[in-house]
Amino acid sequence: MSSELNNLTIAGALEGLAKKDFSAVELAQAHLRAMEKHRDLNAYIVETPEKALSMAKASDERRAKREKLGALDGISLAIKDLFCTDGVQTTAGSHILEGFKPPYESTVTANLWKAGAVMLGKVNMDEFAMGSSNLTSYFGGVGNPWRRRGDNKRLVPGGSSGGSASAVSARMALGATATDTGGSIRQPAAFTGTVGIKPTYGRCSRWGIVAFASSLDQAGPMARSVKDCAIMLGAMAGHDPKDSTSVDLPVSDYTKALTGDVRGLRVGIPKEYRLDGMSPEIEKLWHEGAEWLKKAGAEIKEVSLPHTKYALPTYYIIAPAEASSNLARYDGVRFGLRVPGESLDDMYEKTRAEGFGKEVRRRIMIGTYVLSAGYYDAYYLKAQRLRSLIARDFDIAFKDVDVILTPSTPSAAFAEGENTDDPIQMYLNDVFTVTANLVGLPGISVPGGLDSQGLPLGLQLIGRAFDEEALFRVGGVLESSANFTAKPAGY
Amino acid sequence: MSLDSKTVAHIAMLARIKVPEAELAALAKELSGIMTWIEQLNEVDTTGVEPMTGVLHRNLPQREDKITDGGYPDKILMNAPDAAHGFFTVPKVVE
Repeated sequence: MSSELNNLTIAGALEGLAKKDFSAVELAQAHLRAMEKHRDLNAYIVETPEKALSMAKASDERRAKREKLGALDGISLAIKDLFCTDGVQTTAGSHILEGFKPPYESTVTANLWKAGAVMLGKVNMDEFAMGSSNLTSYFGGVGNPWRRRGDNKRLVPGGSSGGSASAVSARMALGATATDTGGSIRQPAAFTGTVGIKPTYGRCSRWGIVAFASSLDQAGPMARSVKDCAIMLGAMAGHDPKDSTSVDLPVSDYTKALTGDVRGLRVGIPKEYRLDGMSPEIEKLWHEGAEWLKKAGAEIKEVSLPHTKYALPTYYIIAPAEASSNLARYDGVRFGLRVPGESLDDMYEKTRAEGFGKEVRRRIMIGTYVLSAGYYDAYYLKAQRLRSLIARDFDIAFKDVDVILTPSTPSAAFAEGENTDDPIQMYLNDVFTVTANLVGLPGISVPGGLDSQGLPLGLQLIGRAFDEEALFRVGGVLESSANFTAKPAGY
Repeated sequence: MSLDSKTVAHIAMLARIKVPEAELAALAKELSGIMTWIEQLNEVDTTGVEPMTGVLHRNLPQREDKITDGGYPDKILMNAPDAAHGFFTVPKVVE
């Protein structure tokens, strides 16, 4: 029995715990066994079995004593290695932070522990969340538990939250924290047949999360059902005075949004998302998604987001610019790696050359360039103006519709070496997701089905600011219509 | 925009990342490719469009200017690659 506990959903596990069918310790043990069994996926950078068992034991004791329980009491979770965890190594997937043990806890993870959740360990990710494949991690790539039918080639889980996606998909965690700066929750969710939501900018505190691009970064959950994401987000979100961009708005019980009722809701189909040379399978799934919602009583309307094609190049000015500034703190003085040098500058330069991987160095260089004297107006200011136009597109579209339906990604999961050497090809993974970050809107990816090779594909919903409820409501209908029950073979 | 090795060396210096001389040309080519792709933004007339600096349409909150945290130098220094006598250390900067 207990060997299958890791197959439950969060909602199912909460029910089982409440009925005393099993204990939080047994639940954690089932996950620790799965983690040990699937170490070849390289999903975890650090496993914290002792912490998991003591947190689970404490949850069992709270339950036995009939104390007040949290929304995630006894639930085993994986934590992306971008979240600072008190006394537990936090690296952001980078050599420059190897060995760094924060003396404090991020607000989001602190909220989860307050809700009774149990930490299994820290999961792998693209270095500083820069990547769409998890291949940029200093700690090695992560395997996607899914394989193409009749082909044993190892596929990437997407990124940057690749470890989160792989751990959830391979039943090595009931859910995971993740972050999304350009698609880093939604793209890996789509690649692994899991659900992931990037909430509205400001919904979750960024305090204690290693910063990449501060005006775009947002934390969110990944799990195996829409409801599980609703439960997790409810515990993660909330106002935090320590993050001045965290908003002081009430967080509702998102599970109540899962009514299944989308009658009269207006769903927008942005015509500019129909890319030239789009995969027919992606197009078919997108059409199917619209049909499911129509059948459930929603109204489907075409909308126009005319500046869509400029979103990625805009992002590749803004995100590297903010990153070059944020990552200036890694200088070999206060924490992390130091490579000795003859002078202070020499020490800085050697430390940063050795500590940062290729993609991170590339983005810091782009960011430094677009912010440098003489180029600031031509690039950075230009990108900020484009960002205004992209935001205006969404303002206009949301006058006519309540949510927008798009594919999550332009393709299914790929293997290392397939288009992974050309940075621009890699950046195109985020073509459907990056707009939501630029405008700060919430987006969810829900599994829609399998492609002809047996790999999962995702559908994305983008909603109005702070209307996560609409995403859960419509996402729930997509989920039940898609009836996605496929599992990666062997997990 | 085509970046030459000299420009890349200057950017690397500004970013405090050591780039070996031999790698400058290849890096210049790679960065030029990305910048050229980015320059499609010039197709869009943005005259009179306000630059967007963030997505929150509200003023950032202010708090009282007082010390609310601190007093634990050991915790602050525990991750330092080199600390001495309660301080961070750096290579000699004054001759």
